Amino acid sequence: MKEYQTITEISGPLVFAEVDEPVGYDEIVEIETPQGETLRGQVLESSEGIVSIQVFEGTGGIDRNASVRFLGETMKMPVTEDLLGRVLDGSGNPIDGGPEIVPESREDIVGEAINPYSREYPEEFIQTGVSAIDGMNTLVRGQKLPIFSGSGLPHNELALQIARQATVPEEADGDDEDGSEFAVVFGAMGITAEEANEFMDDFERTGALERSVVFMNLADDPAVERQVTPRLALTTAEYLAFEKDYHVLVILTDMTNYCEALREIGAAREEVPGRRGYPGYMYTDLAQLYERAGRIEGKEGSVTQIPILTMPGDDDTHPIPDLTGYITEGQIVMDRDLNSQGIEPPVNVLPSLSRLMDDGIGEGLTREDHGDVSDQMYAAYAEGEDLRDLVNIVGREALSERDNKFLDFADRFETEFVQQGYDNNRSIEETLDLGWDLLSMLPKEALNRIDEELIAEHYREDVGEEAEAVQAD
Amino acid sequence: MSQADQTESVEQDGVIESVSGPVVTATDLDARMNDVVYVGDEGLMGEVIEIEGNLTTIQVYEETSGVGPGEPVQNTGEPLSVDLGPGMMDSIYDGVQRPLDVLEDKMGTAFLDRGVDAPGIDLEKKWEFEPEVAEGDTVEPGDVVGVVEETVTIDHKVMVPPDYEGGEVTSVESGEFTVEETVAELSSGEEIQMRQEWPVRQARPAGDKETPTEPLVTGQRIQDGLFPLAKGGTAAIPGPFGSGKTVTQQQLAKWSDADIVVYIGCGERGNEMTEVIEDFPELPDPQTGNPLMARTCLIANTSNMPVAARESCIYTGITIAEYYRDMGYDVALMADSTSRWAEAMREISSRLEEMPGEEGYPAYLAASLSEFYERAGKFQLINGGEGSISVVGAVSPPGGDFSEPVTQNTLRIVKTFWALDADLAERRHFPAIDWNESYSLYKDQLDPWWEANVEDDWPEVRQWAVDVLDEEDELQEIVQLVGKDALPEDQQLTLEVARYLREAWLQQNALHDVDTYCEPEKTYRMLQAIKTFNDEAFDALDAGVPVDEIQNVDAAPRLNRMGTAEEWNEFIDELENDLEEQLRALY
Repeated sequence: MKEYQTITEISGPLVFAEVDEPVGYDEIVEIETPQGETLRGQVLESSEGIVSIQVFEGTGGIDRNASVRFLGETMKMPVTEDLLGRVLDGSGNPIDGGPEIVPESREDIVGEAINPYSREYPEEFIQTGVSAIDGMNTLVRGQKLPIFSGSGLPHNELALQIARQATVPEEADGDDEDGSEFAVVFGAMGITAEEANEFMDDFERTGALERSVVFMNLADDPAVERQVTPRLALTTAEYLAFEKDYHVLVILTDMTNYCEALREIGAAREEVPGRRGYPGYMYTDLAQLYERAGRIEGKEGSVTQIPILTMPGDDDTHPIPDLTGYITEGQIVMDRDLNSQGIEPPVNVLPSLSRLMDDGIGEGLTREDHGDVSDQMYAAYAEGEDLRDLVNIVGREALSERDNKFLDFADRFETEFVQQGYDNNRSIEETLDLGWDLLSMLPKEALNRIDEELIAEHYREDVGEEAEAVQAD
Repeated sequence: MSQADQTESVEQDGVIESVSGPVVTATDLDARMNDVVYVGDEGLMGEVIEIEGNLTTIQVYEETSGVGPGEPVQNTGEPLSVDLGPGMMDSIYDGVQRPLDVLEDKMGTAFLDRGVDAPGIDLEKKWEFEPEVAEGDTVEPGDVVGVVEETVTIDHKVMVPPDYEGGEVTSVESGEFTVEETVAELSSGEEIQMRQEWPVRQARPAGDKETPTEPLVTGQRIQDGLFPLAKGGTAAIPGPFGSGKTVTQQQLAKWSDADIVVYIGCGERGNEMTEVIEDFPELPDPQTGNPLMARTCLIANTSNMPVAARESCIYTGITIAEYYRDMGYDVALMADSTSRWAEAMREISSRLEEMPGEEGYPAYLAASLSEFYERAGKFQLINGGEGSISVVGAVSPPGGDFSEPVTQNTLRIVKTFWALDADLAERRHFPAIDWNESYSLYKDQLDPWWEANVEDDWPEVRQWAVDVLDEEDELQEIVQLVGKDALPEDQQLTLEVARYLREAWLQQNALHDVDTYCEPEKTYRMLQAIKTFNDEAFDALDAGVPVDEIQNVDAAPRLNRMGTAEEWNEFIDELENDLEEQLRALY
């Protein structure tokens, strides 16, 4: 390993050094400052005679006398099953005071693409216990389903609730009760120390920590390190899933901070920027993270991803949520209005979507009426939402009886179906029955998305009459 | 250069000068533009995209981590080509035609390793060749010399390659051959094998383009009924995420009445491709009843696979489509999504530090798009036959904003526009094709087909539906202000009819066994049934029946069940009768 003292330029997170032998692209670099501090970085561009290096911990303290060592390999994550229960920093070093990690193997953190031919299509229902998700936007094993949120919305509470409650129902009935639990890999990028404490407290309180691996890059940690943190987390998740047969739930928060770091580096490299200054390759870069969710044929385990991102200005056409939405298999959208009404969790189901839902629900998976009930509730809630605008102008009295029923439905949908609290765990049966309670407020003929036989089986005649009786009073 | 002849000797060696992501520069490489090269010690496949003095710029189709200056670059001296021959149907390829199933075997892992090559078609497999010419016949380029049963659905025609001279057949025999063995010899000294090679960036030669007059029947009511696509036509499906682009594309791949389907997953989700791989072998082709996969070729370059191969996968797909067109087949090509392809061009272009055009896209974006779509069409073939390629490109505009460059440049070329709408998708109106914004310029030239094959009055009935939907659009603006009940009765009734048009006819459930495919006759009859309701209801209104009573007739909600009815002819007969009876009984 050769050592150089040939730094020619330092600019933002980048260092340029002259070399006299070839250096591989993406190779890991160690830089020792005159103060004796060792910083790590990665080769961004390698040319004959000169390389540019991106320094993870920031370039503070580096001067032209610092020495540069090329390690001759790309970045690796030491992985072992013993990582469960550990807390690491954003570069993968333990920060919980526990013992040194003895790796079973060292895996490249960039990760190779899964051959689409080797994938197994995800279709096993995950019960999160949250009606707005289970009933309307079902999550399945191997899916990547982000939470689109905004600053000040309780996305962390929802993520924690999912991490706590997620099970796969059939296995819960089996003799090994722990078998259905998920291992959680938590990758934090640029979150505040306070948020980090909330997460850690909850993990410890619920005992979830012992089946979790936590990576913490805090808001005051170097931004460049955020590029590495999710890759370390996903490499660990892949190892646990595909080598050790765990079902792994990966929570990444906050992807917005990750993308900001990407932009920072792009700007430092003087690249041609794409939309709003984000690099043109951001789609590819995000895809290389999100696409690491999935199932592989012949392997027991799975990687399910729940990335969280705060939409700048609550704008879902901003490049970060926009590109994410094009890659992930749907999205759960948090809503400011619902939040101020006190709905917990404030999930707006209309713009939310789970693309893999249709194959994960129905007879034998959840219940045969699931698809129709969800479709009908969507349509009815959308109709009720539309009518609210009209009510503001003409008042409720001007609307027909049918329209009034849809308005009532929309209200009760929010206050009874979506509203449930962060400690309430509803089974899929409860969720669907609740759905029928609400749908039975509507006239039977209005249920045009539901199979007639299912209506006969589940429709509650009494609920409709009750509502009418109340109205007659 | 195609995968099959990787054993041929390499010509010239160069040395890597610099590496930046997928872009590598090399010195001392004697290469032409678009030559395929092998980069570095691992032999990663790449393509020459720029030559400047002694410096050659290469885009590499695989990850370049760990590759450094000083490593060798080998030139093959040939452009990026595909292997064409039997075995392409029922296959799944990456962007440079490496079969993904073979790669899995060779790599021994579910993850895509680097530096592994495989020929696009099986070189070992023996095919039963049946000659169609006899010794002494004269053949010209493009002529069919024999037939191979490629799958249960597709007879693969072995043709004289277009760059041959042709001549008298001196020897031809039936029997079992591999794709590399000679099946016929010509007096010109040329030998014909089942395998051909063709550079992907060059269109295969064909005769004149004709005006398409036959629809590509898709089995989707809104597409067949309101915005039809012709066999040999071009269409674009733009829409924000979540609006159902991929489902719409897959529905077309499943149900359209093309002979051959080439489906390109360009920079999209891995799980989606897996779904296709799992579903298609099991679904029956509605025309033949054989598995859909038997007429399908999949190209999967998912979003996390190397970006340069994403740039090339569109060309790989269209070249394969052209090859089957040359056999006289009607080919449908779906590209999902062309925006990812454009982004791949943008990424490479920005690494080359080219002067950017709009939104960072290269200035040649419009030219590349039109060049691609122009490879579609209904063609006179060089062997005198006819064949067509229909191209359907999905577009993923950032933020759902159709004014962005890829959508706009696409719209200037394509003649059918299926605009997907997020609002419709949110209320689960699928397919979420916005009927106010979409259009088809093929309508008039396809009407004669509908009149001849479905019903004489098809254009009038369709126009009636369009008028009602237009009127609804205008009325909705008033309703938003004053409420529905403030409208005069006849307008309230129009809204009711429009609601049935939307819910019973335009909406179609892709997940329902029956509703997923709707034959043209059923599309017509369903529309006619709604028109019956309309006509009878307006008669009743004229006779003084209040609109509430008309809306509440028992039979009307059954209109919503037409799509899912299995015995639809009987169902609609009975429904039309009931509607007539019940509405007439009101006055």
